[in-house]
Amino acid sequence: METLGIYVPRLVTRRQSFAPGHRACSGCGEALAVMLVMKALGRNVIVVMSTGCMEIISSQLPYTSWEVPWIHTLFENSAIVASGIEAGMKALRRKGTSLPKTKVVAMGGDGATFDIGFGAISGAFERGHDFIYVCFDNEAYMNTGIQRSSATPFGASTTTQPAGKVSMGQSTWKKNMPAIAVAHDIPYVATASPSYPFDLMNKIKKAVAIEGPTYVHILSVCPTGWRIPTDMTIRLGRLAVETGVFPLYEVEDGKYTLNYDPPRLRPVEDYLKPQGRFRHLTPKMVKKIQQRVSAEYASLKEKAQ
Amino acid sequence: MKRVGFESSFAIAEAVKMANIDVTSAYPITPQTHIVERIAQLIADGELDANYIPVESEHSAMSGCLGASAVGARTFTATAGQGLELMHEVLYVASAMRLPIVMAVCNRALSSPLSIWGDHSDVMAVRDTGWIQMFAENAQQAFDLTLCAFRIAEDPAVLLPTMVHIDGFHLSHVIESILLPEGDEVNKFLPKFRPLYALNPSKPLTMGDFTTPDLYTEAKKSQDEALRNSMKVILRAWREFGGLFGRDYFPVETYRAEDADVLLLTMGSFSEVAMGAIDRLREAGEKVGLVKLRLWRPFPFNAFCQAVAQAKLLIVLDRAISFGGPGPVCSEVKAALYHLEKKPQIIGFIGGLGGRDISVEGFQNMIHRGMEKAEQGKFEEVEIFGVRE
Repeated sequence: METLGIYVPRLVTRRQSFAPGHRACSGCGEALAVMLVMKALGRNVIVVMSTGCMEIISSQLPYTSWEVPWIHTLFENSAIVASGIEAGMKALRRKGTSLPKTKVVAMGGDGATFDIGFGAISGAFERGHDFIYVCFDNEAYMNTGIQRSSATPFGASTTTQPAGKVSMGQSTWKKNMPAIAVAHDIPYVATASPSYPFDLMNKIKKAVAIEGPTYVHILSVCPTGWRIPTDMTIRLGRLAVETGVFPLYEVEDGKYTLNYDPPRLRPVEDYLKPQGRFRHLTPKMVKKIQQRVSAEYASLKEKAQ
Repeated sequence: MKRVGFESSFAIAEAVKMANIDVTSAYPITPQTHIVERIAQLIADGELDANYIPVESEHSAMSGCLGASAVGARTFTATAGQGLELMHEVLYVASAMRLPIVMAVCNRALSSPLSIWGDHSDVMAVRDTGWIQMFAENAQQAFDLTLCAFRIAEDPAVLLPTMVHIDGFHLSHVIESILLPEGDEVNKFLPKFRPLYALNPSKPLTMGDFTTPDLYTEAKKSQDEALRNSMKVILRAWREFGGLFGRDYFPVETYRAEDADVLLLTMGSFSEVAMGAIDRLREAGEKVGLVKLRLWRPFPFNAFCQAVAQAKLLIVLDRAISFGGPGPVCSEVKAALYHLEKKPQIIGFIGGLGGRDISVEGFQNMIHRGMEKAEQGKFEEVEIFGVRE
């Protein structure tokens, strides 16, 4: 991957359909991920976005950052609005209206995906609509001010489950959303990170080519909510992968592939230490997290064999 | 035209078929299920070419309609009671985004206690969502108003979602004889839906932005104007419908009300029973009449004031409770009349909750009780008609 970097960027389109000039925080990993996703998607798309950071920073009347058709309606329904768009276009086409070939892409943060929109996503996957669901996971409700979600990792301090004299922050383990997507027997599920831009774009392109529901889960580093310097976004995204906290993998028709399997995983401490949200963790808790990450990674590796 | 015996729910499904919808996104709930079951069967039999999205909740039913309508598909759904409540926040989005979705609502009581039977609690709870709301009293009207709803909603001067209200069970499950128009007559009345705006990669649009205090007020004003101005299109559509099919509809309709001293106001299926009571009282020489509100939103202020201004007493029946206040229709009516020099006194009743029937005798009693209360000056009292103590 290191040598590829010298040449491959020249092959990536410079044209952006998620235009610069939006209002994201500096160092926002999510805005970067959206930009990459849009580059991979091309122009023949309709984007449906849930309420959240990306919607707020990109669509303030009378401005827009979107150079493709884009719709936002509510927080919990982007998967079903996408279903309606897909069904509507199918019906119109069948009945003689000429429409360009279009991929429908729903996007939401972890709150929209793991929590409030969970049922709608499950419904859309089960019904088999032809659409991509992209989750931009920054591991808390960042738009409303760093409240915990079911994507928040164990031990992280958030404004609604803060660390304190008698609290260690998040007391539950992160919900395994990609595994839940896989359980729907959809043709394609992948994890990605903007710290690995070509892997991310390739996965989106794969999803575009597949007919049926696909799910791409992108870890989006949030300097504001994770309490890190804004120039650490890419580095931290890499550390998440190199420690095994967020492995890059894909599941095609149930078949697992680990896309990047380092010879030795770094200790999770390398990932946890730079982040203010984990500052309070005791060595005992770090050990507990290490055990969990190692076990989950081993289990994933086994599936990928 | 041909005459058939149809359940009201099937009559609505038939209108949906004739409107040749593209998408329905629906979730089952009693007493609405017969409508969407029938639509599903019409699709299964190849009589209607549409996509049915069998969603996992009513919130999603309405959200699916948003998506389909946003790409320019003619879109219909149906719901009732709790389902309408679960849709609540989506309803505001449909109207604000000017998506002309048509929805049949089989008016139903709200939990708790759970009741599947009819009243107007759900209707009144969505009064302020920015939808056009009209009431049918019988199966024929359910059919006619559903066709009209597409025509009105999709008019480029309107572009607002529209609800056709039929009372749960009392109307939804009643089989009546109705006249069905032929396909080409319908096509003359209801042209193909041509959206002003649609999501399409050939012409990118941003829909559903967020806004600061700078622009929100203006956005809401334009929406309110659109709903108020829809009155002209509603009147025109109903006039044309009358011309083509011989059945006339008006925002406010009256029955034997011309010289009446006492008027009863009802909405929905109770109106037909109330007409029976009016007939009997007229036979007994009493100068009573009936006023029916066909259109609830936009509220027909002028037509309503004209219809009731000459009466001495107006008795209003609400099929919903506004806890701790007057009935929602009653308070609306009072507000509409307040500025008039000559206006009737008003007595409000709550009744027909959770499917509780009111018979012809019941309406006779209600009118007499209303007159008695007016004589006693009990104008503020909110009486629940026929309640057991």
